[in-house]
Amino acid sequence: MSDHELRVSKIRNGTVIDHIAGGQALNVLAIVGIDGSGGDAVSVGMNVPSDRLGQKDIVKVEGRELSQDEVDVLSLIAPAATINIVRDFDVVEKHRVERPDQVVGVLECPNRHCITTEDEPVQSRFEVLEDGVRCEFCDTIVREDLAELIVD
Amino acid sequence: MRQDHIISAKQLSRGDIEEVLDRAADIAEDPGAYADRYEGTLLGLLFFEPSTRTKMSFSAAMKRLGGDVVDMGTVESSSVKKGESLADTVRVVEGYADALVLRHPSEGSAKMAGEFVDVPLINAGDGAGQHPTQTLLDLYTIRENAGFEDLSIGIMGDLKYGRTVHSLAHALTNFDARQHFVSPESLRLPRSVRYDLHEAGAEVREHTDLDEVLPELDVLYVTRIQQERFPDEDEYREVAGEYQIGEDTLAAARDDLTIMHPLPRVDEIAHGVDDTDHATYFQQAHNGVPVRMAILDLLLGGDR
Repeated sequence: MSDHELRVSKIRNGTVIDHIAGGQALNVLAIVGIDGSGGDAVSVGMNVPSDRLGQKDIVKVEGRELSQDEVDVLSLIAPAATINIVRDFDVVEKHRVERPDQVVGVLECPNRHCITTEDEPVQSRFEVLEDGVRCEFCDTIVREDLAELIVD
Repeated sequence: MRQDHIISAKQLSRGDIEEVLDRAADIAEDPGAYADRYEGTLLGLLFFEPSTRTKMSFSAAMKRLGGDVVDMGTVESSSVKKGESLADTVRVVEGYADALVLRHPSEGSAKMAGEFVDVPLINAGDGAGQHPTQTLLDLYTIRENAGFEDLSIGIMGDLKYGRTVHSLAHALTNFDARQHFVSPESLRLPRSVRYDLHEAGAEVREHTDLDEVLPELDVLYVTRIQQERFPDEDEYREVAGEYQIGEDTLAAARDDLTIMHPLPRVDEIAHGVDDTDHATYFQQAHNGVPVRMAILDLLLGGDR
């Protein structure tokens, strides 16, 4: 284990999200719905040196394994991230995130005239493009600041 | 045509389009053969925004097929005023009618509504999104006047919010057409339409000045520059005058240039142009009836 990885403490059971682009860790926490109020132990390293990314963020969440939906959305803002599932201090699964074809109900369309922003019984639905996402209802393409669209 | 609903011009293949245009031509040639075809059939008209041409032409089309319409009326007089969702409205009205026509101010409304009903649903305009049946009558008019071979078309005006423009641009990717888009920088085509045209490999150029391209056009499709889209009136006045067609403008045009406009117009085309051979916009509006008869025929039964 390198010195860089020791900057945040090891966890017993949970998830380590590594190789997040520098500065995106707090958005990752927003995606997985962790704001500190749930009592989970969370360690965050931001802008630590990385051979692959230059600078990276790292998030360690004690007692929590990410769902596939969470990983899908995570992939939109942290496409280089790796997910490590830890059980009893050992990494039992390690995989890179993969961009899904579609994300449902997790991003809010920024087009204020889109039907999904109104009080209708429909979830937002975005097609995932190579460099962004596209609303499947109003066709709006979003390439920047995706984290700001995450549904609360 | 194998479509449950007509939501966007993007869903229409060249085969679908030609089937509608051919059927419309048959109907125009012998309307009597279709006069009783849909007796007892009801079309539900759900117009959440004002409309004259689209609504009346759908109504005329259904009645000329022997059917009838049930009309929601204005939003002010409907249960929408009480706060009913669109999803509920369409689910209720599908029990009253055999097909629905929806115009709504929100983009994506027709797509959403189509997911809640089993009867055919036709998008008659969803905000600044799409207006596919207008596009079909536009294409019918283009085929009548200029044909689709080696077509050079200029599309001018409010390209950003103009739903008829978005639908037409998508549909034209099925044909051998060069598309020239002419607008102020602030009203250029939205990113999503430019993305689709690029993906489709369409031959597209963007201009701010009509003079750059007018002499080579077969068709000039003009839309209204909407004053309400501009943050200040001075900015509107500055650009609006640049995009008006008068008889003098046409001195540089080819003799066989076809001028179209989805209407209503305000002052984009001077009335003096109406009497020239270029003016096709009233013919275009009239084509709404046979084309919408063809659409209804193919959706409601036809040869399915």
